[in-house]
Amino acid sequence: MIHIKGGRVIDPANGIDKRGDVFIQSGRIVEAAEFTGKRATIIDAKGKLVVPGLIDMHVHLREPGHEYKETVASGCDAAAAGGFTSVVCMPNTDPVCDNASIVAFIRKQAERANGVNVFPMGAVSKGLSGDELAEMGEMLKAGAVAFTDDGKGIMRSDIMRSALEYAENFGVVVCAHAEDHTLSAGGCMHEGYMSTRLGLSGVPAVAESVMVSRDIQLAAFTGGRYHVQHISTREAVELVRQAKKAGLHVTAEAAPHHWSLSDADLEDYDPNFKMNPPLRSEEHVKAVRRGLKDGTIDVIATDHAPHSELEKLVEFDQAANGIIGLETALPLGLELVRDGVLDLPGLVAKLTVNPARVLGLEKGTLSPGADGDVTIIDPELSWVFSREEIRSKSANSPWLEREFTGRAVCTIAGGRIVYQI
Amino acid sequence: MAFEHKHMLGLEGVNRDDLLFILDTAKSFKEINTRKVKKVPTLRGKTIVMAFFEPSTRTKVSFEMAAKRLSADTYSIGSSGSSVVKGETLLDTVRNLEAMNIDMVVMRHKSAGSHRFLSRHIDAPFLNAGDGGHEHPTQGLLDILTISEHKPSFEGLNVAIVGDIAHSRVARSNIHGLTTLGANVRLSGPMTMMPRYVERLSDRISIHPRVEDALTDVDVVMMLRVQKERMPKHLFPSDREYATTFGLNRENVRRAKPDAIIMHPGPINRGVEMTPDVADGERSVILEQVNNGVAIRMALMYLLMGGN
Repeated sequence: MIHIKGGRVIDPANGIDKRGDVFIQSGRIVEAAEFTGKRATIIDAKGKLVVPGLIDMHVHLREPGHEYKETVASGCDAAAAGGFTSVVCMPNTDPVCDNASIVAFIRKQAERANGVNVFPMGAVSKGLSGDELAEMGEMLKAGAVAFTDDGKGIMRSDIMRSALEYAENFGVVVCAHAEDHTLSAGGCMHEGYMSTRLGLSGVPAVAESVMVSRDIQLAAFTGGRYHVQHISTREAVELVRQAKKAGLHVTAEAAPHHWSLSDADLEDYDPNFKMNPPLRSEEHVKAVRRGLKDGTIDVIATDHAPHSELEKLVEFDQAANGIIGLETALPLGLELVRDGVLDLPGLVAKLTVNPARVLGLEKGTLSPGADGDVTIIDPELSWVFSREEIRSKSANSPWLEREFTGRAVCTIAGGRIVYQI
Repeated sequence: MAFEHKHMLGLEGVNRDDLLFILDTAKSFKEINTRKVKKVPTLRGKTIVMAFFEPSTRTKVSFEMAAKRLSADTYSIGSSGSSVVKGETLLDTVRNLEAMNIDMVVMRHKSAGSHRFLSRHIDAPFLNAGDGGHEHPTQGLLDILTISEHKPSFEGLNVAIVGDIAHSRVARSNIHGLTTLGANVRLSGPMTMMPRYVERLSDRISIHPRVEDALTDVDVVMMLRVQKERMPKHLFPSDREYATTFGLNRENVRRAKPDAIIMHPGPINRGVEMTPDVADGERSVILEQVNNGVAIRMALMYLLMGGN
């Protein structure tokens, strides 16, 4: 039993933003009248924000197969430290999460972790081959929540069409890593002025937007639910904006690095700034921020992608794609608030109820009866993201040793405190 | 004057005075190369590692010659003879070399920025002998030295660089060096091989889709090698079409100024970038470029090892 006292409670799903208390009993949110806890843990939240537990719908937990980079347990520790009470893990493990037994294995590993909720996303295609649909129905029964071939674009239009149609049998969303690999082949950064200067081969913005364009047409044609993962280009944001105007079931997420860094940061060829989609040029960064502001981009998701020094302490073009993000997403989100891109309820919505709605999860609110997932945020706390601070097994972050303002100070999952400063 | 550079990784950002100082130093070393005994004791006791992780014949020989004529000791490693093939990382390989108290690493590597990456972890000075599609500063400097021996000034000089700009480290180094010195650089070649926004590198750059336009009234023609090893297949249809559309030949070379010089960083694909009569013609300075390469490399080794 937990009594969170006197914080600023922000619950966008219920239009709440006011000072008050939050009560958790038997793992659920309850109203004050129902709360019987005399021996409850009391948390003083004065000057803090009390929000529904954050949901990150895009993480790589690397298990099974790459446990030296991250495990379900270490990823959950990083999530809790970052304020996340739920994470959705991508299927590009080894073996690929393309069948019920792998989904079940990940769920099992999660039971042994710290209590953060882990929802596996299954592969759209067997072995991420892009050629043959994976057993979506079986995976859903085992606990998968949606499907993606993340890390790879689905090149075949017929497979994408089938995926969108077939997923409608279950009412789940198809999430897409939008990339035309024939256009991006060989590229290791955004194609533009900086790639010309640095002499690195580029991934053009159109490699993303031509796929988003195709997929939106397929979503319109099939009536399927389509979600663009880690959107990074001006053109793709505009396509999603138009699709929403047309009333299609189209949503999008953006990662913190795509609104806070740009290809101009690659001057030093530092592989901790290398990911896919790559850091884009300024006009794309601005477009992502605009998309967050006007609601075109529904969700903030980290694309937390742990890699060890084996993959990262090498030449830039040889380095693996991806950076860790769970522990830095919230402070970078608070920077969006300070920059006037989002207001606090808007930021919280993109980290809670919006991803819950995209995935059909009954989470992301503080409604009475909801799961006892709560995050308490100190928006003013100054801290340094030092190597010792990192809970993830990997340290591949462009923000190492950077000072941030604001962070989660207490993370409660299912009524249990899983992180507290 | 003081030469403040610890490494020479590229010509981007090297100012005019430093460029001219390197050229002057190289000119003074050129004399040594014509002596009967082509050796001076300047770098005696210094150890230079030649790390060529990409195949190279002439550049490697040129660097070795430069080092030996200055009496430095040189040791060569390459990807086939070194532990790189045994799975050791580049960083480990170079760290091990550094542990043997070397004074300089001359390195060629297929990855752009690999020197920059290593220099964050290693203390020794690096002399870049080519990094991927990024820079090849000694080539740029030897080209500039060669031009300076034929043209009175760089100010307002028009230089056409023709060919595969996108994959060319030679083009990038020349663009930076030449524009810093006041020359205008015209770029031409297949538009599939023209890097995006290259004109933003300097306001002295212009792009010419038609090679004939790029050549008209220029003072210097620099043809680039078609680097098939670096490009996907579909960037141009055939060698024949490349030769007839983008190659330099007896006819289109007439568009350049009568005293224009013809350059090529080598090795030439004869019959592709230029016809043999042009490559061997009287305006060709290709072999002078090779000769100047040794002097430029001597100058940089001398300056980077605190020679001035």
